[in-house]
Amino acid sequence: MKTLVIAEHNSKNVSAATLSVIDAAKKLGKDIDLLVANNSCSNVLEEAKSIEGVSTVLDFSHEKFTNEIAEDIAACAVSVKDDYDFFLASSSTTGKNNLPRIAALLDIQQISEVTEIIDEKTFKKPIYAGSCIATVQSSQEKNALTIRTTSFEKAEMAGGSANIVTKDVPETESRKSGFVKNELTVSDRPELTSADIVVSGGRGMQNGENFALLEAVATKLNAAVGASRAAVDSGFVPNDYQVGQTGKSVAPELYIAVGISGAIQHLAGMKDSKTIVAINKDEEAPIFKVADYGLVADLFEALPDLESKL
Amino acid sequence: MKILIPIKRVNDYNVKVRPNQANTDVDLSNVKMAMNPFCEIAVEEAIRLKEAGKADEIVVVTIGDDKHQEQLRTALALGADRAILVKTDTPLQPLDVAKTLTKVYEKESADLVIMGKVGIDGDHNQTGQMFAALTNLPQATFASEVEIDGNNVQVTREIDGGLETLTAEMPAVITTDLRLNEPRYASLPNIMKAKRKPLEELSLEELGVVTESKVNTLRVESPPERQEGVKVETVDQLVDKLRNEAKVI
Repeated sequence: MKTLVIAEHNSKNVSAATLSVIDAAKKLGKDIDLLVANNSCSNVLEEAKSIEGVSTVLDFSHEKFTNEIAEDIAACAVSVKDDYDFFLASSSTTGKNNLPRIAALLDIQQISEVTEIIDEKTFKKPIYAGSCIATVQSSQEKNALTIRTTSFEKAEMAGGSANIVTKDVPETESRKSGFVKNELTVSDRPELTSADIVVSGGRGMQNGENFALLEAVATKLNAAVGASRAAVDSGFVPNDYQVGQTGKSVAPELYIAVGISGAIQHLAGMKDSKTIVAINKDEEAPIFKVADYGLVADLFEALPDLESKL
Repeated sequence: MKILIPIKRVNDYNVKVRPNQANTDVDLSNVKMAMNPFCEIAVEEAIRLKEAGKADEIVVVTIGDDKHQEQLRTALALGADRAILVKTDTPLQPLDVAKTLTKVYEKESADLVIMGKVGIDGDHNQTGQMFAALTNLPQATFASEVEIDGNNVQVTREIDGGLETLTAEMPAVITTDLRLNEPRYASLPNIMKAKRKPLEELSLEELGVVTESKVNTLRVESPPERQEGVKVETVDQLVDKLRNEAKVI
């Protein structure tokens, strides 16, 4: 039996999250197939077949996959269910949306946000916003896992020579939702979850305009820009900036938290970063407890100073 | 239009939960319990739809022991019309929760099911999607905006790249994200009134649900603690440490 990874892509490239899921899949020790639902995206298929460790690329091509919905992806996965005993997706919003639907159709109790694969039935995952780590064991023959991508390496997009197999796209039998529109944030910066350096702002930024100070530092460092929940809730920046339990999990080489107090739910999304810097005028802020380097300072003075010295 | 709101009783979100001494589970003795914050958002959204004249009845449901009545009464005080407690002393995993809710849905036949995207205890983020699969209903997860237009519901979703808007013919399943609304507090008169609102009890047997624990917890431990680092006095010192000590810039 084999492992099926549900690929994510933007119609041009395979996402970095999928490469991390393939790295996790290797630890299960089985052949890895990649399900690619797409609308004739030849570049995505070429990238998919070149990923080291992938045996077969299942090409589900249909115009409805220009903007995929969970109901259709689930139908594709279910149509090949007999060949697989593992179904893996990333813990991105796409993976979280799709995989539980697939798992339920296959009567599988999914295991979410896996951070470590101990053996093929035993996994570690954070619970209670990362306050605890649970080791769980499945008694199921088939399993479905979402993978916390920051806990795994990325499979190389080179050296592979998978077969591409064209699959018939099944009819989706359930009633389903329809795509209306996307409003995606356009940015020249590195993507938040895969950037080497992340600079994040919190409530201390006071408003959205002040994020320009952070952006200037981020530009010097070729960093992604993130935010705490408080900053997003206050409307300073869009939702896709949010780092934390209910936003994105990041684990960059360097995380700079500016004007962020350090609520549990924020720490849950960034405390696996290699080096953490906190800049905050409140020296009692809990963020300093996890920071390698803390600077107690007014961010409106510290940020321009920092930018000028990089 | 009838709205079904499944809710979950969890630890209060301000409480930092720790493993028990034997490291077999979390220690919830003496931990304050509350309605899951994402479920509060679901209840609030239903109440707003009712206030806007789009919904007629709000039914709230949860699964658990007698203590779960507290959270149902809270939802009733906020504005739900009636409540259902599916009684069991064994905590259920998301697939079994979804199966149980499917039976309740078949009994109640709601037009819209709104629920939290994730419980802040197990962090599964599964139940809504699983319920939608088992009922063959369209799903719109992680909602930040919900608009009813005749028989259709249009939902704006928070996704990693920004926002996505979906439309679905009702009945449909929506899971709530943080910014859908800001839940209200229950007023004292409404808390008193909620005590007289109907609360029905059902059993898993009555609903014909067979549950099975398919994933067992072997161990629960605290994550490795980060060592607290050093304070630097100036931006110059910080830049120097990042360049020459951490070597990350």
